[in-house]
Amino acid sequence: MRSIVPILTVVSTLFVIWYAAAIGLNAPWAYNKAERAGVELNFAALVSDTWSQDKPKLPAPHQVGIEIWETTVEMVLDGRGFSKRSLIYHSWVTFSATALGFLLGTGLGIALAIGIVYNRTMDMSVMPWVIASQTIPILAIAPMIIVVLNAVGISGLLPKAMISMYLSFFPVVVGMVKGLRSPGPMQLDQMRTWSATPAQTFWRLRLPSSMPYLFTSLKIGMAASLVGAIVGELPTGAVAGLGARLLAGSYYGQTIQIWSALIMAATLAAVLVGLIGVLQRITLKRMGMA
Amino acid sequence: MTDQTVISAKELSLTFETNDGPVHALKDVTLTVEKGDFVSFIGPSGCGKTTFLRCMADLEHPTGGTITVNGVSPDAARKSRAYGYVFQAAGLYPWRTIGGNIRLPLEIMGYPKAEQDQRVARVLDLVDLAGFEKKFPWQLSGGMQQRASIARALAFDADILLMDEPFGALDEIVRDHLNEQLLKLWDRTDKTICFVTHSIPEAVYLSTKIVVMSPRPGRITDVIESPLPRDRPLDIRDTPEFIEIAHRVRDGLRAGHSDAI
Repeated sequence: MRSIVPILTVVSTLFVIWYAAAIGLNAPWAYNKAERAGVELNFAALVSDTWSQDKPKLPAPHQVGIEIWETTVEMVLDGRGFSKRSLIYHSWVTFSATALGFLLGTGLGIALAIGIVYNRTMDMSVMPWVIASQTIPILAIAPMIIVVLNAVGISGLLPKAMISMYLSFFPVVVGMVKGLRSPGPMQLDQMRTWSATPAQTFWRLRLPSSMPYLFTSLKIGMAASLVGAIVGELPTGAVAGLGARLLAGSYYGQTIQIWSALIMAATLAAVLVGLIGVLQRITLKRMGMA
Repeated sequence: MTDQTVISAKELSLTFETNDGPVHALKDVTLTVEKGDFVSFIGPSGCGKTTFLRCMADLEHPTGGTITVNGVSPDAARKSRAYGYVFQAAGLYPWRTIGGNIRLPLEIMGYPKAEQDQRVARVLDLVDLAGFEKKFPWQLSGGMQQRASIARALAFDADILLMDEPFGALDEIVRDHLNEQLLKLWDRTDKTICFVTHSIPEAVYLSTKIVVMSPRPGRITDVIESPLPRDRPLDIRDTPEFIEIAHRVRDGLRAGHSDAI
């Protein structure tokens, strides 16, 4: 509870900067309008105009807040919570691609890490490719993945999830290789003195040892998954999802819509990463490691 | 070699190939350990005492000579779970309770659940940790953790206990206490113990046989059969016999050291 004051201080400072920036950035358009209408703008009128434009360069926080309110809670109250104009619907679309991509990426990442730790050939050969895969800009490869998968008849959720997976498996591989290798020579020797099988060593020593590393990787992987899902929605023709909202907003200069989609994406990421944090705390607590 | 011979090494050698040329960790080491012996290996670092112990445990592979444990190769002995090994650090898993840690080798060896419970309770009692079964390692002191690791090595009832400086990281008072307890335990269980140490009083106090080793190449310079009785109170360390043996060990160590230079 003691952290509430510093947090509020930072947040309110951000809001002050945001409001001030909104005045500065939207002022030219306000002056322009006033000049054409032939009126003189005093400061109060300038402020009220810059904070309430239809297509501001930078919408004021309350404009974004109202937009989010109108496209979520109000639509739910109207019984249209899942209509195509609802941010809840778009968030759900993005979330499902994120979640699937995250699961696939985590699975792939763990599988590759096990391969790298247990197989010398994979150790020597796979890691460079894993690193190389992340040097390719995702924006460049995302349309290719969509096009190729579409050509073989796969469309909808899976192509987006594949892009999510592409981004999220990387931190899991790196973290899990480190985690599975974290038991020291003494602990491995100890297993040997008990004639433990490789499977017993894995389940009873390597995997539990890697848990702290796994959760750290999962948090990064989850955030990367969300970015992947949003990027994956851009080349699909802006049908649905937060990425589609961003793209549609930028087509029509709907900055308020862009910002509300951005805020929703950030909130979604915070919630998902927070959930992993809770899972981490419960798991490590039950393991006596927290 | 008699029925009573537990460990028999003949001209055992182990050479590590390194970038700076070969390192002779062990050279022509010959030794027999009889059933019920408490054998200490003492010497400066690099004398091969730990390497020798690891050869018995099949954690290192000799490059020359022969070694048998219970009459078979170390590999076969390891697979038949002939020995318990206590490392320098307790090495308890932080995510398992003390009971869970002791249970670990039993799980790996496939003991039924009821027998696991009963064995855990018995060895906890043996090392004076009854009542700590449900505690996590971080809730225990270093000495208690090391006792738990000894209990873990005892849990599956191997006849041989190999201990690699198990009390090296503990302070003098705790070490004295654990030495006393270890002797009692040895007396009660009739196990054969091989014990690596770099403390002369510890070696003399515990052992029926003291093996003095020296480095470059790692070899045995003296084997001392202790005339001390099996029953040893801590103050036996002030008796002339004790001091005499300690003196001989020190001489052995010094001799090994000077001819290496």
